[in-house]
Amino acid sequence: MGKKAEHNIKAYGKNFTSMTPGPFALKLRTCKIWQFIRFVIINIKMLIVVRKSH
Amino acid sequence: MARLIVLGGGVSGHTAATFAAEWLGSAHEVVVVTPNSKWNWIPSNIWVGVGEMSKEEVTFDLAPVYAKAGINYKQAKAVSINPEGSESSVKPFVTIEYTLAGREGESENIEYDYLINATGPKLNFGATPGLGDANGLGEFTVSVCTADHAVHANEEFQKCIQKMKKGERQKFLIGTGHGLCTCQGAAFEYIFNVEHELNKAGVRDMADLKWISNESFLGDFGVGGLHMKSMGFAVSSKIFAESLFTERNVDWIIGAHVNKVEKGKAHYELLDGTMGEEEFDFSMLIPPFAGVGLKAFAKDGSDITGTVFAPNGFMKVDANYAAGAYENWKASDWPKTYQNPTYSNMFACGIAFAPPHPISKPMSSPNGTPINPTPPRTGMPSGIIGKAVAHSICDRILKGEDAPLHEASMAHMGAACVASAGKGIFDGTAAAMTIYPVVPDFEKYPGTGRDTDYTFGEIGLAGHWIKHILHHLFLYKAKLKMGWTMIPE
Repeated sequence: MGKKAEHNIKAYGKNFTSMTPGPFALKLRTCKIWQFIRFVIINIKMLIVVRKSH
Repeated sequence: MARLIVLGGGVSGHTAATFAAEWLGSAHEVVVVTPNSKWNWIPSNIWVGVGEMSKEEVTFDLAPVYAKAGINYKQAKAVSINPEGSESSVKPFVTIEYTLAGREGESENIEYDYLINATGPKLNFGATPGLGDANGLGEFTVSVCTADHAVHANEEFQKCIQKMKKGERQKFLIGTGHGLCTCQGAAFEYIFNVEHELNKAGVRDMADLKWISNESFLGDFGVGGLHMKSMGFAVSSKIFAESLFTERNVDWIIGAHVNKVEKGKAHYELLDGTMGEEEFDFSMLIPPFAGVGLKAFAKDGSDITGTVFAPNGFMKVDANYAAGAYENWKASDWPKTYQNPTYSNMFACGIAFAPPHPISKPMSSPNGTPINPTPPRTGMPSGIIGKAVAHSICDRILKGEDAPLHEASMAHMGAACVASAGKGIFDGTAAAMTIYPVVPDFEKYPGTGRDTDYTFGEIGLAGHWIKHILHHLFLYKAKLKMGWTMIPE
């Protein structure tokens, strides 16, 4: 994967000011242990939003 | 015995009808009028549109579910409402026209004590020449708005994959097909599912993907964008979206009103007034929405459609339709009870209610063409509003006509949104977002208009798992299986 996302940036093109994820951020997105933790946290956050909305 | 008629069996109408039947019991009657024989979990149409799910996995037959719930189900479309009755009928009634096989075109008047208009939208393909016509989707583009559309989209998508495997480069153009569209989120999810599937098929390098949308900036999503808490910052959805588009190498055109579609070519006008055209081999463009064209008549038979419905065909409710310019907009403009201001026994929910104004700032090109997203009223807010309206009506039936109405303003309500790419348990990712409130309240939350403690977004497997769970959970709930009332909207 490396820095592939950075390579899509075109100098002074419309995506030149975009933020792109690095290898570590990309790894975290598919790291099962980290994502399980995030799964619990996101679910709690969503349940709070659902509760506040009813 | 009181009779409640619910027009429409989508997310909002189905939620309202099933809860009303549960709360009212057999002492009162709930009637659902919907032209469809099947219920469709629309968010998963995205997966149907790329061949990851079948139509059968996102739909089910309504008749047995309504039979179980004790709901009187009429497979028909509503044609008109007589909220004052007629010369020959004291009670208000709805005129319906059957779509049920064997009874097509047959007309019937059904009297009601309370009415919920939850018809959803008319998919107004005819608004853009070439996108379609009065009969629906045209031949040049595809759609994922219905399960059948999504099946067709996948057939065309698979043809493109085969061409790419033979070495033929393909151009994909995905987004909104008119300057006043909503549902950018669905198109957003679709383009990243297409990108994911192209990678999986090993042909991503043979594809040029381009997003076209009426948003004035990427990440507007029809809600004026949002700021979400991330890494200690309040990060704009523009940064979030641009990052994702860049990472996946998807180009974009924004502030675009697609004004004509031809075979392999879309013509558009931009917010700066310039005209352009974009060629494509495959294009999925969401159509604009309009009301379904219900008419309303007074007791003497005179046409009062303009009293009951806004010019766009959506039903007027307790919103402030005189807010005027963007600078005057307030969160309090948004409806709370969804009661029609003229006829107190009529309510509207889901897409069928007329919003007071957009959420995104209205914009137009120097040529005077309006180009801005219209407000989304689908998904979680749609279900919550349907339940609140059903609660109000049940209270009035069971406790008396003075019972207070329940409130569910989109300015006090959040929404969860999961845009998933891929379907496998471990090979997909999703952008999971919550937004609170849906309609920004700049008085309560100066600056961003929203509570950044409850407005967040991130990309990863976790959101993808949530998308899977939501798919099964909401189909389970809609089928009224054991414990369905415990599942929140």
